Amino acid sequence: MIELSDYLILAAIMFSISVAGIFLNRKNIIIILMSIELLLLSVNINFIAFSYYLNDLAGQVFVFFILTVAAAEAAIGLAILVVLFRNKRTIDVEELDTMKG
Amino acid sequence: MGFETIVFYVFAAITVFSGMMVITVKNPVQAALFLVLTFFSTAAIWMLLEAEFLAITLVLVYVGAVMVLFLFVVMMLDINVARMRASFIKHLPLGLVVLALMIGMMLMIVGVDHFGADKFAEPARHAADYNNTRELGLVLYTIYVYPFEIAAVILLVAIVAAIALTLRRRANTKHQKPEQQIAVQRKDRIRMVNMKAEEQK
Repeated sequence: MIELSDYLILAAIMFSISVAGIFLNRKNIIIILMSIELLLLSVNINFIAFSYYLNDLAGQVFVFFILTVAAAEAAIGLAILVVLFRNKRTIDVEELDTMKG
Repeated sequence: MGFETIVFYVFAAITVFSGMMVITVKNPVQAALFLVLTFFSTAAIWMLLEAEFLAITLVLVYVGAVMVLFLFVVMMLDINVARMRASFIKHLPLGLVVLALMIGMMLMIVGVDHFGADKFAEPARHAADYNNTRELGLVLYTIYVYPFEIAAVILLVAIVAAIALTLRRRANTKHQKPEQQIAVQRKDRIRMVNMKAEEQK
């Protein structure tokens, strides 16, 4: 028998891995974008697990919308990345200091 | 230990392993391929939770579209891997501390004490003729029809934004200008010349 906490622990581990991935790969925006995809995936595991254990389809509808927004985000993020590389010849986060933020 | 438990643990192990590989491998192409493996094993776990439609959607949309887009972009860019490794090793201690802290804190909350089988009993499996896609469609096109339309608009905006960002206009390319073609008048094109007819010899 699989308990709800098993799914939640799996999602928590995946979430932590992706946050650590954002910390580790400061130089590479592509890996950071992949980490964000993993982050959204782990949240989706939580939604679907609760949807199943509470017997409520609303969780799955939320996952549907999260998938939509994540696909849009990936498309725009990669487009920005391509334009960035075309103009600056780098995808290093630490060299993107044009706005002096 | 039942069959479902074994399936769950096998796919959970694959998910965690490939997730670790995504953030640690040297080559971004390998990272993208490990992300594909993560999506596949997560889709299997969603199948266990009777979310068949979303599991198939994850494979079709993510593996089929988003990851292909990632691979295209990775192969288009020229990335200096050696410099990235130096940064990776520099940030490794901090990253491991963050990883350990976050997992520790979250396990305290989502452990068996709060979300165990006594708090959330496992519901009975649906019958074999239960159709997850149909049930999802019934709520999606009635209660959630307005968010559904907004999601469609978001996708349209994403398409337009991605094309507008990456479209490059070169100065020397030849292309039609429809607004000028439509606005053209007869007098712009035709010049009436009044000339004398040549005499026959």
